[in-house]
Amino acid sequence: MAAIEIAGLTKVFPGNVRALDALDLSIVDGEFFALLGPSGCGKTTLLRTIAGLESATEGTVHIGARNVTALPPGARDVAMVFQDYALFPHMTVEDNIGYPLRIRRQPKASRSAQARGVGSQLGLDGLMARRPAALSGGQQQRVALARAVACHPSVFLFDEPLSNLDARLRLEARTFLKRLQRELGVTTVFVTHDQAEALALADRIAVMEAGRIRQLGTPREVFGKPANTFVANFIGSTPMNLLRAVAVPGGVEISGHPLPVSADLADGEKVTVGIRPEYMNLSVAPGAIPGVVSIVEHLGTSSLVTVDVEGLLVGAVVPEDAEPEPGAQVWLTPAAGRVLVYRDGELVA
Amino acid sequence: MELAKKVVRRILFYVVIGFGTAFFALPVLWLLSAPFDDRPTYAVRPPREFTLGNFQEILDNRYAVGSLVNSTILSVGTMVVVVVAAALAAYALSRARVPGRDGLIYLLLLLSSVVTGTAAMVPIFLLIFQLGLIDSHFGVVLVLSGGLLPAAIFLLKDFIDTIPRSYEESARVFGASPLQILRHVVVPVARPGLATIAVWTIVQVWGSFLTPFILLRDPDKQPAAVLVRTFYTEGGSPNLGLIAAFSFLYSIPVVLMYLLAWSRYGFRFHGGIKS
Repeated sequence: MAAIEIAGLTKVFPGNVRALDALDLSIVDGEFFALLGPSGCGKTTLLRTIAGLESATEGTVHIGARNVTALPPGARDVAMVFQDYALFPHMTVEDNIGYPLRIRRQPKASRSAQARGVGSQLGLDGLMARRPAALSGGQQQRVALARAVACHPSVFLFDEPLSNLDARLRLEARTFLKRLQRELGVTTVFVTHDQAEALALADRIAVMEAGRIRQLGTPREVFGKPANTFVANFIGSTPMNLLRAVAVPGGVEISGHPLPVSADLADGEKVTVGIRPEYMNLSVAPGAIPGVVSIVEHLGTSSLVTVDVEGLLVGAVVPEDAEPEPGAQVWLTPAAGRVLVYRDGELVA
Repeated sequence: MELAKKVVRRILFYVVIGFGTAFFALPVLWLLSAPFDDRPTYAVRPPREFTLGNFQEILDNRYAVGSLVNSTILSVGTMVVVVVAAALAAYALSRARVPGRDGLIYLLLLLSSVVTGTAAMVPIFLLIFQLGLIDSHFGVVLVLSGGLLPAAIFLLKDFIDTIPRSYEESARVFGASPLQILRHVVVPVARPGLATIAVWTIVQVWGSFLTPFILLRDPDKQPAAVLVRTFYTEGGSPNLGLIAAFSFLYSIPVVLMYLLAWSRYGFRFHGGIKS
């Protein structure tokens, strides 16, 4: 069990590619922490630098009280689960799980017993003699997790742990992963490009872009109050409405329709207003902004309705069986307290 | 009309196939029958009188058995050098970020196929002479290894490229040393590739003639492929009984190696040439 403390971490790859840029981050002991971002944002580099597979160009990494910046991966007391699981194809499940113990020169009998114990804890009974090639994707993932659990590290590092599973299995594995982390209480850092995964699993999320952290917070904070338009765009299964607006006394104006906001803005200032489609009410009765329904997309229990507001496309989520017909005249009204105002891409209020 | 055309085409097809098969099968059939014939000729026919006398003659020949031993020494020696050197080189070339790496490999391969053994024979002879390695198996092993290494490295690098790096990284995070990673992970995973290279090297050396012919003057040290050219009768005509029996023994190891590799690995060349 250990906290992770990252200070001024910079990683420059040959060819002057700056993957991490003076990054500071504190991860609390026992926390389930997500590194979220689009591909190429440096999240995997950050994870690999914590693991020691990449060396830091500048800055320090502390795990617990130890400065591990210069330590090789094996001396950091971390366990990593790779995206492709990296199970050794020539070893049985039991030998795979017991491999970290073999490196620590544990006798074969005790390591076999321990591997079996961890294996049955993760529901791998009866598979211990198989080779990885004879396992399903979900089983392979659990073997990789078991191998990490078996070496009792102070930190787990997961690189896209769910991305190789099919959609249905992914939900199951997500629940399993969260329960396992709760039971073990080991500090866990995982990398994902899937915002839904990060929101579902993590205690806290760091949203990254171009080697920097753009927002750090709980899933609720990151979803409800994105600190900038990048995070606002990235988080949420339906993209947030980001609408150009002009400040007027007491609020803003979108395409000439006034909308009250509490932000302190200079008159005539150009800002961006962010409203999640989920927080946008659609009604036939007059509301804040009028428009014409252009597209209706079914999402299961709800539908995403795209409304044309004088050329501006605005999304709103409506419950099933309440969808308007395309071409219908409707009004959009944002839920109270859910209107976010961004100035130059940064959150004002 | 259509049917007739089809039938004619079928017949032609089988005639061509038949000739092709006969072309390759006849020498093999000769190799299977002539050694047991008491008076073999160039004709392919069942032994007129079954005998093992030709094999007795091999045992009586002063150099024959020794030459098979020499062939084994050269093949196994070259195989060890090629497999170890190619494995290390291919692993390094596959994993290290070296500028111009692919260019280097293609250049090596190109040079080794353009400058063939025959063209390089004089300088190689002089080189080995200067090193004082004429008439030594070591010299032949060095020259043959040098010739086979580029292709071996090329094949093996392609194979190692297909092994995910995450295997090694995973072992590293668990604290394995580089040597442990090599022993526990890389070599076992690369075993089919290494076996392919080993078999290929042995077969190449087993059949090589020119290099040992030029570098080994002492008949006591010559391998089977070189010695077989001396099997003449006192009258100066080829001693067919001896040649057939000797060739029969000479081909057994290669066939066994092929069967072994095929049964264990199914002779798959992993990878192939990537652009």
